[in-house]
Amino acid sequence: MKKHMLGLAAVTLALTPIAAAAQTEIQFWHAFTGRLGELVAAQVDNFNASQSDYTVVQSHKGNYSETLNAGIAAFRAQEQPHILMVFEVGTATMMAAKGAIRPVYEVMAESGASFDPDAYIGAVKGYYTTTDGDMLSLPFNSSTPVLWVNRDAFEAAGVDPDMDLSTWENVGEALDALKAGGEDCPLVTAWQSWIHLENFSAYHNVPFASKDNGFAGLDTELMLNGPAQVAHLSAMQDWAKDGKFIYTGRRNEGGANFRSGECALFTESSAGYAGIKAEAEFNFEVRPLPYWKALVDEPQNTIIGGASLWVMSGHESGDYKGVGEFLSYLSSTEVQAQWHQDTGYLPITTAAGDATRASGFYDENPGTDVAVIQMTAKQPTANSKGLRLGSFDQIRGIIDEELEAIWAGDKTAQEAMDSAKARGDALLRRFEAANR
Amino acid sequence: MEKRVLFKGWILPLVLIAPQVLISAVFFFYPAAQAIWQSLFIPDPFGLSSKFVGLGNFEFLLGDPFYRASFVTTAVFSILVTLCSMIPALFLAVIADRLIKGSGVYRTMLIWPYAVAPAVAGVLWLFMFNTRVGVVSWYLGRLGYDWNHVLNGGEAMGLVVIASAWGRISYNFLFFFAALQSVPRSVIEAAAIDGAQFWRRFFTIVLPLITPTAFFLLVVNVVYAFFETFGVIHTITAGGPQQSTTILVYKVFSDGFVGQDLGSSSAQSVILLVVVGLLTVIQFKYIEKRVHY
Repeated sequence: MKKHMLGLAAVTLALTPIAAAAQTEIQFWHAFTGRLGELVAAQVDNFNASQSDYTVVQSHKGNYSETLNAGIAAFRAQEQPHILMVFEVGTATMMAAKGAIRPVYEVMAESGASFDPDAYIGAVKGYYTTTDGDMLSLPFNSSTPVLWVNRDAFEAAGVDPDMDLSTWENVGEALDALKAGGEDCPLVTAWQSWIHLENFSAYHNVPFASKDNGFAGLDTELMLNGPAQVAHLSAMQDWAKDGKFIYTGRRNEGGANFRSGECALFTESSAGYAGIKAEAEFNFEVRPLPYWKALVDEPQNTIIGGASLWVMSGHESGDYKGVGEFLSYLSSTEVQAQWHQDTGYLPITTAAGDATRASGFYDENPGTDVAVIQMTAKQPTANSKGLRLGSFDQIRGIIDEELEAIWAGDKTAQEAMDSAKARGDALLRRFEAANR
Repeated sequence: MEKRVLFKGWILPLVLIAPQVLISAVFFFYPAAQAIWQSLFIPDPFGLSSKFVGLGNFEFLLGDPFYRASFVTTAVFSILVTLCSMIPALFLAVIADRLIKGSGVYRTMLIWPYAVAPAVAGVLWLFMFNTRVGVVSWYLGRLGYDWNHVLNGGEAMGLVVIASAWGRISYNFLFFFAALQSVPRSVIEAAAIDGAQFWRRFFTIVLPLITPTAFFLLVVNVVYAFFETFGVIHTITAGGPQQSTTILVYKVFSDGFVGQDLGSSSAQSVILLVVVGLLTVIQFKYIEKRVHY
């Protein structure tokens, strides 16, 4: 770490004479590599070229968890960047760190950059906004789970690929038919807790945790052992037992199985688009995430995953004007629409979505708007605004363990979720104690 | 008769041991003291505030059945890793010791895996045993065995043990090989003339003579299994399924650096310190008695 810092310092020193003396440097730490990393670098270059007062320096700090850790370690050493990318799971941690961050709405107001919180899509904005409506961090990359369909696999198993898959009841029938038709991998999933519990709860308008999913206070408790969640997981357990749902791992391991054409159905983030489009050698299709007809007449909205940008405190006040301008640039319609079309992430402003529609992108790439419609069809409720739970990374680990117990048949869905609640609540109490 | 050097006064001896004491102080005593101090608090991740909880962190941990279970997991894991890395290494060293031609090539090849970083070794094994595309799991499937370490805790444990022990075999091989070379040929030849067969000679003469090395390796391997295997576990199972491969040190890492719960993480490292201390005492008190120097 220290060596790294020295290296960084050396590079900065070496570059200083080239940059104009009057420019203020803005450090921006993010978690993107590969294609996404290139796109971020391009955004930063364009911003730097567009004005001469500030230079944004972007650096990649590892995956989401590592980036957050790097930011925290840097803050402790008083070397923190101006802007830090934090995944949605770390939101409560950042919010609780009042002395370490500067709320985005405040930074924007002081910098005088144009900023209209109402321009953002409700379900995206809600995740990063206080109950008073103040936006604390800037939504950057957001996605939501959808159902990916391998049409060729349906046809090979003698199942009509155009059949209605909007409800889990229908999906259940499809799984039976696929299995009977000789399909070895009817259904896989990525991010099981995010899709089959967190989003499931929002989509069926049932709470995942008390106190408005943690938005209204640190004294929140998990409520993921309710009848709706248990019913869904029990059905999944039966499918797993019959070999209709194949468990491949806690993260997005299932993506490899789906992209290779091995699996018929795949619940995964809408941001899987780029990868599936690049690799899949079969006809695929995006469908909305299914819901249980037995539980609700029509689904609520799904919630987001992804990251937002947090402004860290402790820099000179002049720097924050530049931060405000950069964030304002990032959320401009043009930049956002391009980002949405390049990556499959959601457009974070309504205007960016409209611009994309007007450009004919959705007509040329059918299915890319499914996620947008799914997120925006309804006004979010207290159950579907998002989640704000401390130690959430660890709680997800606990949920993963308990879900594995369900898939392996070691526990019933009710037993596993009761246990997840008890274990998760213990961590929530610790987080409450640490941040009171 | 032991030879002892006696110094007059205190200054010179103190100066002579100062470097070692200094290094221990900076890299061991200071961090250990810090860990003990921090284990009494629940701090927030950014170091902005800290709440004194006394022994609350220890209560929280020891009241958690999953944490208690991870002691058993750690014991099973360490014993398996130690056995799986020492026995094959000894066997290979004995075989290599008997080679007349080409022993250099064998030695080099046997030492190679040691150069592979634990996390990389983890990824290699993970690929081979991948439930869908892995070579080994494919062959197992053809033999009618359905390998699934993402759901089966026993298989997951087996996989992390193999991946952790694999690179270690080289290290142990090197030490056993050197030890075998130092066994006096005349003793072995005398036994051979008396009519002792190879394995008989091995168990009654060679093995007792290399016990100092074996004991050293036992200590080193147990410490390795306790502390240095979390890279393998992180890449292969991340402690799952259902915590069946969560060993103590992996929990220290994941609670502290993934979960940002530094209080609990510090308390765990204090507990680990005590456990390893006890283990070392046991090893030196009971097992060392059976070592012939």
